[in-house]
Amino acid sequence: MSVLRPLDKLPSLNTATILLVGTEDALLQQLVDSMLKEDCTSELKVHLAKSLPLPSSVNPPRIDLIVFVVNLHSKYSLQNTEESLHHVDASFFLGKVCFLATGAGRESHCSIHQHTVVKLVHTYQSPLLYCDLEVPCSWVPTSLSLLTWLAQGLSEWPGSQASAALTDG
Amino acid sequence: MDETVAEFIKRTILKIPMNELITILKAWDFLSENQLQTINFRQRKESLVQHLVRLCEEKHASLNDAALLDIIYTQFHQHQKIWDVFQMSKGPGNIFSFFFFNKVTVSFRETEENAVWIRIAWGTQYTKPNQYKPTYVVYYSQTPYAFTSSSRLRRNAPLLGQALTVASKHHQIVKMDLRSRYLDSLKAIVFKQYNQIFETHNSTTPLQERNLGLDINMDSRIIHENIAEKERVQQITQETFGDYPQPRLEFAQYKLETKFKSDLNGSILAEREEPLRCLIKFSSPHLLEALKSLAPAGIADAPLSPLLTCIPNKRMNYFKIRDK
Repeated sequence: MSVLRPLDKLPSLNTATILLVGTEDALLQQLVDSMLKEDCTSELKVHLAKSLPLPSSVNPPRIDLIVFVVNLHSKYSLQNTEESLHHVDASFFLGKVCFLATGAGRESHCSIHQHTVVKLVHTYQSPLLYCDLEVPCSWVPTSLSLLTWLAQGLSEWPGSQASAALTDG
Repeated sequence: MDETVAEFIKRTILKIPMNELITILKAWDFLSENQLQTINFRQRKESLVQHLVRLCEEKHASLNDAALLDIIYTQFHQHQKIWDVFQMSKGPGNIFSFFFFNKVTVSFRETEENAVWIRIAWGTQYTKPNQYKPTYVVYYSQTPYAFTSSSRLRRNAPLLGQALTVASKHHQIVKMDLRSRYLDSLKAIVFKQYNQIFETHNSTTPLQERNLGLDINMDSRIIHENIAEKERVQQITQETFGDYPQPRLEFAQYKLETKFKSDLNGSILAEREEPLRCLIKFSSPHLLEALKSLAPAGIADAPLSPLLTCIPNKRMNYFKIRDK
């Protein structure tokens, strides 16, 4: 079973990498575009994956933050997240993982209870952010929150230059 | 001209949107060119309609002429009706002998593609036919298929079926589990024509050249990890649904009937004689296109359940699932 490990690779200078894991491309793409617009100084790289394990597990990239995107309208999305979590090394959960739950605003479309996601997030001791990726005005605040978490996560690893560069932007 | 006929014509013309009026009147071909030229189509609709009705009176329009206008209106507005599909067959014969004392108005209009539009207004033994709730039948004469508009007057349905069967020289008629507003799509499904639209399509176009459904922008800061998976989904979707536009249906309905099965003895539900029933209905402005886009959008896994993908192939959108 291939697993992502945070320390497999050395951090590169002035580079930070986010991995977004989620089933619906349309939602992820908006978020990615917004994040890249907000980040202008450093080299931010974003990997988009539908699920884990990554196909390129032979030579996995260094990942500084994993964001699991769960669409509350889709049981398939939750199931995909739960299965992908098994492929993440435990040490990632020390500040390098966060969850994004989208779609809570339209309660009639939700097929997943918020309680289910909260329970999942507690199990993995990671932060949870609610947003509505279908609404354009949420992209900027969501991407700023993610970039902040990324900076926090990076600053916990000594010798990382990237976090300083990110917070300058 | 009979007062009821005048009223019928007036109400029919009132339904016609202004931008279609001239086209429909020309298709009706009842009023002469000279008469049409005397009409001011820019006046208020009410006065325009009164003028048209007067012209029809001059020409002594009959009930049949009025019915024909109604057929043409319906042909232009097919989507306002829901169409059922009937399949007839020649088999062990049923001898129909029925005595039909009810008054009906029947009108015919032939169109290209060997289709006959039949309009039937139903009455009873004692009342005149109700012209405002007719049933329409579209019959393709070289085929055993007829499409009928779902009528609110259900008691006439068996009679209509029998009449159709006899008139078309068949012996049995069966209602197919297929229903939609879109007559063209029903036709495409029933006659299996929906996959012949792009006969010259080059199916060897490499996948990379096709639209993978996402914006693979040239930004090198974005790395898509699951390209292979996306291609697999695209491939399966294309194999299942083809490259052609899907016929248009608005819903698919699944009725499930099953008896409760349990390992526990003496369970109340297990002793229940009546099966448990469940109804699931999928609705969409364009159901098959929506199903086709589920896997590429990441909302469902590919391949989709065959219960969904078999719809055009099996020519059904009403399913009954029972225990074997």
